[in-house]
Amino acid sequence: MSSFFTFLINGISLGSIYAIIALGYTMVYGIAKMLNFAHGDVIMVGSYMVFLSMGSLGLPPVLAVLLAVVVCTVLGITIEKIAYKPLRKASPLAVLITAIGVSYFLQNAALLFFGANTKMFTSVISLPAISLAEGQINITGETQVTIIVCIIIMIGLSLFIKKTKAGQAMLAVSEDKGAAELMGVNVNGTISLTFAIGSALAAVAGVLLCSTYPTLNPYTGSMPGIKAFTAAVFGGIGSIPGAFVGGILLGIIENLSKAYISSQLSDAIVFSVLIIVLLVKPTGILGTKISEKV
Amino acid sequence: MLSVKNLEVHYGMIKAIKDVSFEVNQGEVIALIGANGAGKTTILHTVSGLLQPSRGQVIFEGKDITRIPAHKIVSLGMAHVPEGRRVFSQLTVLENLKLGAYTRKDKGEMEETLKMIYGRFPRLEERKNQIAGTLSGGEQQMLAMGRALMSHPRIILMDEPSMGLSPIFVEEVFKIIRDISATGTTVLLVEQNAKKALTIADRAYVLETGNITLEGEADKLMNDESVKKAYLGE
Ligand SMILES: Nc1ncnc2c1ncn2[C@@H]1O[C@H](COP(=O)(O)OP(=O)(O)OP(=O)(O)O)[C@@H](O)[C@H]1O
Ligand SMILES: [Mg+2]
Repeated sequence: MSSFFTFLINGISLGSIYAIIALGYTMVYGIAKMLNFAHGDVIMVGSYMVFLSMGSLGLPPVLAVLLAVVVCTVLGITIEKIAYKPLRKASPLAVLITAIGVSYFLQNAALLFFGANTKMFTSVISLPAISLAEGQINITGETQVTIIVCIIIMIGLSLFIKKTKAGQAMLAVSEDKGAAELMGVNVNGTISLTFAIGSALAAVAGVLLCSTYPTLNPYTGSMPGIKAFTAAVFGGIGSIPGAFVGGILLGIIENLSKAYISSQLSDAIVFSVLIIVLLVKPTGILGTKISEKV
Repeated sequence: MLSVKNLEVHYGMIKAIKDVSFEVNQGEVIALIGANGAGKTTILHTVSGLLQPSRGQVIFEGKDITRIPAHKIVSLGMAHVPEGRRVFSQLTVLENLKLGAYTRKDKGEMEETLKMIYGRFPRLEERKNQIAGTLSGGEQQMLAMGRALMSHPRIILMDEPSMGLSPIFVEEVFKIIRDISATGTTVLLVEQNAKKALTIADRAYVLETGNITLEGEADKLMNDESVKKAYLGE
């Protein structure tokens, strides 16, 4: 029983990371109607920033994380400006191929700058573990922080969208760009802001990921990126609560399958669950069908 | 106040507007009538900046706004109620109205306008927390008009506000347009319902496949034989 609880908590923690990454996918999809496949690699860039600024520059963890957030935010805005904005009116396939291209570009740039060898990442979290049930259940500092950060981000983001003008403008743009423009909303600015937020969150996710699973190489972001994308679809692409629910569920399913079924098969199980959910409910758990406007 | 000169608009290779010029003076209600596909919506979209013309100019209060993007034109004092209402269906009535005031800085003045709009559209106040997508068609039209008024425009463009509404709502819509005009706001109205439009308009322009073919005072046009035949069903 206590081991089940440990697996569950670790699953929630992993799922929290997926949820934070999935937010980036889902917000960008909602607003720009595109899948930003380079999102996973922004995570990797963020992690390298923390790794280098703590290791080489000797910055304290908080500053290192802040620096990573700033770098990823700028990177996200730049990617959108250079690679996606010129394709605003292009076919979805062209945009998708470009996104895959950007992803390869980031991976190869990382190979060039940081090398192919895997680095050992030092956790930025120094919180002591909590012991429960006479030491049978152990919740690490990383796990605690990851879950708390995820909850704070979810609440913060929901409030931002519900309560601020910029947040409302994001909703307006994701539903009807033309009508939003007629309200005086700068649509391009709003899309930039969405990329900025998504990429800042990717940096946070990267730090949390590498603090829990402390290896780092140029491909570190790619698998979590795909899983988080799956989580976003699972929860309902375009839906923020959907990203949260999808991410957490995916993390739990993955961790429990690893523990009780097979660690080799866990990814296959995760994707099978996705396929079943999509067969039963094509819009994902919390997704709604928004009628496409012409 | 608004003057459109030699406008030419393309969709790709298709020339939708050929050579259109017209004037709207301060305080007027101007009707733009024409059959389906004549180019009425295209003209409004070009005026409010959603479309760029290939030739011609749009001058608003002496300022050339032809190349100014739509989101900047709003704060110059122009609002546009688009065809098909296009309310934000996932948001509440109040959130839609607040988006209408997106460009306004002064919160107090915005509250005043909101009160004024609730006074004009009591249904919107009753339903302020309802999700806009669940409003009836007529209520959505009220919301689209209220939302446009939230920017406190000096000119308001309306694209077929009576489309698809029951006779009672059609009456209501035209009454509101008259009220809006009475408070000094200039109105540029596109309508299928030519009879009603000509009744409330000061002047009108008739558009046929991208060209203005007729213009004049509304009551004169109402008695014009060709207009009667083509647009008034007489
Ligand atoms: N996005 C578009 N792409 C290509 N052609 C378009 C587009 N929008 C409009 N058109 C064409 O431009 C012409 C004018 O269309 P517009 O929508 O301005 O007409 P309208 O007078 O508003 O008609 P309605 O009364 O049906 O609303 C039509 O022939 C239409 O097919
Ligand atoms: Mg039209």
